[in-house]
Amino acid sequence: MNYSIVEDGRCTEVDANVAEGRVLLSPEALQDALGWTVKPQGLCRDEVCMPIPPSSGVVCGGEVDLAAFADLMGRPLVIDAQACAAAIGDSAAERTTLMRGGLAPDFTLPDLSGRTHSLSDYRGRKALLLAWASW
Amino acid sequence: MLTVALDQSADDARPYVERAQATHPSLIDSDHVVAHRYGIINISTAVWIDEGGRVVRPPAIEYGSNQFKDFHGKDCGPHLGALRRWVREGELPMATDEVAAKQPVPTQDEQLARAQFALAWFLFRRGDKEAAERHFVRAGELAPFDWTIRRGSMPIRGLDPMGPDFFELFRQWMEAGRPDYESFARSRT
Repeated sequence: MNYSIVEDGRCTEVDANVAEGRVLLSPEALQDALGWTVKPQGLCRDEVCMPIPPSSGVVCGGEVDLAAFADLMGRPLVIDAQACAAAIGDSAAERTTLMRGGLAPDFTLPDLSGRTHSLSDYRGRKALLLAWASW
Repeated sequence: MLTVALDQSADDARPYVERAQATHPSLIDSDHVVAHRYGIINISTAVWIDEGGRVVRPPAIEYGSNQFKDFHGKDCGPHLGALRRWVREGELPMATDEVAAKQPVPTQDEQLARAQFALAWFLFRRGDKEAAERHFVRAGELAPFDWTIRRGSMPIRGLDPMGPDFFELFRQWMEAGRPDYESFARSRT
């Protein structure tokens, strides 16, 4: 079944196996959508590997249970079974560590003409970041 | 200076940016990526970032002028003065440990609210308005005083952000003691 997975402003369409309310992804689909790879040592992304406790139910018949994956990582997950879509966020603990660490998170956004700018383009200069809205 | 508009599209922000004859980058963040990464819960919010990419003044409500001072009661003078002293003389507004302590770090419910908002916004753009509405509502329940979620979703949901829904949100917020960045940070240390 085609499933849309939203993470960090990006949506990936994957083929998911939905059974008894669970959303199961192949390791390839997991890597496409969320960047994590299933390896013998656990779930890995870049230099980080997290062991998978057998009791976590993350890997099930060679597939990854999305809700158990989010649980293991402490990440918030919203699944809309009717709409065949899910969104996964960052854990509060991870955000807290990053925010208290003091580094300004980088981002890349378009301006009114569609040209993209990154905060890191302005490294070496003082920056005032101002969030506003028309509402 | 970089401005980031938490709006649905460039067209929402364009009239304001053009009227201001802005020469700085005026960016559009329809996915609220900056709101998520910096813990932004209301507008207008200022964050100061130094030459090395470190936050030297955490998110705080600040205004560029006193145009709406009668409504919110906040004078723009102290912030603008401190900003000039930082830019010209390098005077820092607070010590590093105070910056860390004043970060409006989120709760797990607020992170869940952001995931709900992200799913709602995706579903809305896909044309699935009914499903989107469910998740916008749930997001607001989980983070009742995050204005970027509650008021920011009003125009998307066809509600007037200056109308009765706004005044009801304002009433709830006043009743709760006007929760802001400082009270968020204090309640989580």
